[in-house]
Amino acid sequence: MPSEIAFFTFAGLTLISAIAAMTMRNLVYCGLCSAAAFAGIAAIYLQLSAEFVGFAQFLVYVGAIAILIVFTVLLTRGTDIKPTVAIVSRGWIAGVVIAGLVFASISVPVFMSATLWRTAPPEVAAPVEMIGLELMTRYILPLEAIGLLLTVALIGAVVIAMREKPAESIEPEVTDLEENSTPAPRFDVSSLEVKS
Amino acid sequence: MTPLSYYLIFSALLFSIGFAGAVTRRNAIVVLIGIELMLNAANINFIAFWRFGPNAEAMTGIMFVIFSIAIAAAEAAVGLALIIAIYRHCKTANVDKLDTLQG
Amino acid sequence: MTKLDQIFVSTKHWLVGLAPEMLQSLASILLSIIPIMAVFGGCFAVTTILERKGLGRIQNRFGPNRVGPFGFLQPMADGIKMLTKEDIVPFQSDKVMHFLAPIVLTVPIWLAFSVLPFGRNMVAVDFNAGILFFFAAGAASELAVFMAGWASQNKYSLMGAMRAMAQMISYEVPLVLSAIPVIMIAGSLSLPQIVEAQAGYGAGWFPQWHVFTPWGLAGFGLFLVAATAESNRSPFDLPEGESELIAGFLTEYSGFKYALFFLGEYLGLFAISGLAVTLFLGGWHAPLPILEWLPSWFWFFVKFASLIAAFIWVRGTMPRLRMDQLLNLSWKFLVPLAVLNLFVTAVWHFSSNWQSFGGLAARWLMCGGLLAAAYVLLGRSLSRGQGTPRKYTYAE
Repeated sequence: MPSEIAFFTFAGLTLISAIAAMTMRNLVYCGLCSAAAFAGIAAIYLQLSAEFVGFAQFLVYVGAIAILIVFTVLLTRGTDIKPTVAIVSRGWIAGVVIAGLVFASISVPVFMSATLWRTAPPEVAAPVEMIGLELMTRYILPLEAIGLLLTVALIGAVVIAMREKPAESIEPEVTDLEENSTPAPRFDVSSLEVKS
Repeated sequence: MTPLSYYLIFSALLFSIGFAGAVTRRNAIVVLIGIELMLNAANINFIAFWRFGPNAEAMTGIMFVIFSIAIAAAEAAVGLALIIAIYRHCKTANVDKLDTLQG
Repeated sequence: MTKLDQIFVSTKHWLVGLAPEMLQSLASILLSIIPIMAVFGGCFAVTTILERKGLGRIQNRFGPNRVGPFGFLQPMADGIKMLTKEDIVPFQSDKVMHFLAPIVLTVPIWLAFSVLPFGRNMVAVDFNAGILFFFAAGAASELAVFMAGWASQNKYSLMGAMRAMAQMISYEVPLVLSAIPVIMIAGSLSLPQIVEAQAGYGAGWFPQWHVFTPWGLAGFGLFLVAATAESNRSPFDLPEGESELIAGFLTEYSGFKYALFFLGEYLGLFAISGLAVTLFLGGWHAPLPILEWLPSWFWFFVKFASLIAAFIWVRGTMPRLRMDQLLNLSWKFLVPLAVLNLFVTAVWHFSSNWQSFGGLAARWLMCGGLLAAAYVLLGRSLSRGQGTPRKYTYAE
């Protein structure tokens, strides 16, 4: 019974936060609710006795991806952090109906199937040593590919998000105060806004 | 013990929620969150099948999820960088307004 | 001797045995949690007064000396003051998140203590992936800082929170990277096993702690710098620089919530110092064989206290960095050095059978030389252009 209680608690929390993340008007709330949903999923992994994956999920999703999401929300605000217009596209009913159909098409076979109602074998463990050995032997090629992918993503993200060079070079505006001094390179807040 | 189908129903629900959000919301960031939720729903299935499957010591499900998390991290970084770049260019993160290629 | 060493463990077993059969697991859990909370809560009180005293000594003044003998009851006075102060919530603020932020900050940090081994057999939970759990628990505090800064609806708070997040993300990379060599050598992510890997004495007296190897020394230094930044302490306390951001994300907090933030900051420092002791300073092992008669938890807390003292010393000595210097230090100095340290650790590991005198010397020279060369080169490239006199645009 305790495992069922744990499952229903975490699953309920995850689903509620996921729904909140998808329906909230305020984007910062969306980001934070998604963090809560990711944490709930990590708890589900722990409940399924996948320790390593659960911790990794928490570290990557709550510690990195959720932070990136709220950072992006703050960087792209100015127009619509609390949108007053509709937050969903036209024809959103069709989208919800299709999502319902997707759920039905997955859940009906699950309910029909007899073999899926079995319970888990009692003792299953994924010790970190075994995961490491597998990664270094059978899965060495995917591991290398992931390393390459992460490097590419790191460089790519930096290049994409880098400030575009404006077409005409903008000289720092000379103000009265520094007429006679050479303009020193300085951090200028106004230069952060690229003229489009 | 919780049967396997509970996890499958849970992940199906999560997938549908993420899907509904990704196709209906206007803001690109929320669309990205929806995609992440869908990815996570798939990961839950992998872990559940690993836990309930006959061949737990092969750890295929665990491995798949580890790689999937790494790819999700890369995807989120590039996706959010793209959103920032688009926002700089078009002054909006609304996916409905980004229809310049529609002709 | 072993009785004194295991006194807490045997007391716990005795107390659990007193509980009725049904409640024994609950009693065991409670008896792990309550001592940790009591000891580190007490450490928090003692550290605040000692830090203020020490800083006063460094700055040639007395420090608090009015409440109780030598001012040592100051923490109690502070606590009463914090609890009875008015809890001000700004009108514009986001009430729910303003309330949740200090809780989200404090709770995960308490969790991090559960995997630290405080002595022989003294660990609350021995996770297979304990160190990963530690870092995962620490990762939640970044979101809490963001929540605090954003919910306050104050530009200084938001700027402080953005700074804190940028700093924490940047320094989490060298923090984790400098811990990985220890995992490589110990061959385990479980903290008690990492301590076990540092047992024994080379040549009968030389402790085999990780800090006494070239990679361990470099890793320890990197870890301490990154830990200082992770726990937002001076010289990396830009997020709450009171002279420019009027305390950053803490601006709109008062009363008990402010106290919780303060507590969370110090607990983060304690947790990360405990991890540094476990990873590099041999955990609860005695420094010399003749000192082994002292209990293991005593040695853990001696090392722990000396690290805290070092942190106080650094706080009193170093000036604050500028934001660009802070990020440059992380990405251009600490991260490359930590990656190189991984390579040096691999060299060290594969040369472990060079046990002759010449072999040992070659091993030390090769690993130490690589790290020292990288340190000098990276340090020079980092400080290039820093020696020239600064030009002030507006203030001549």
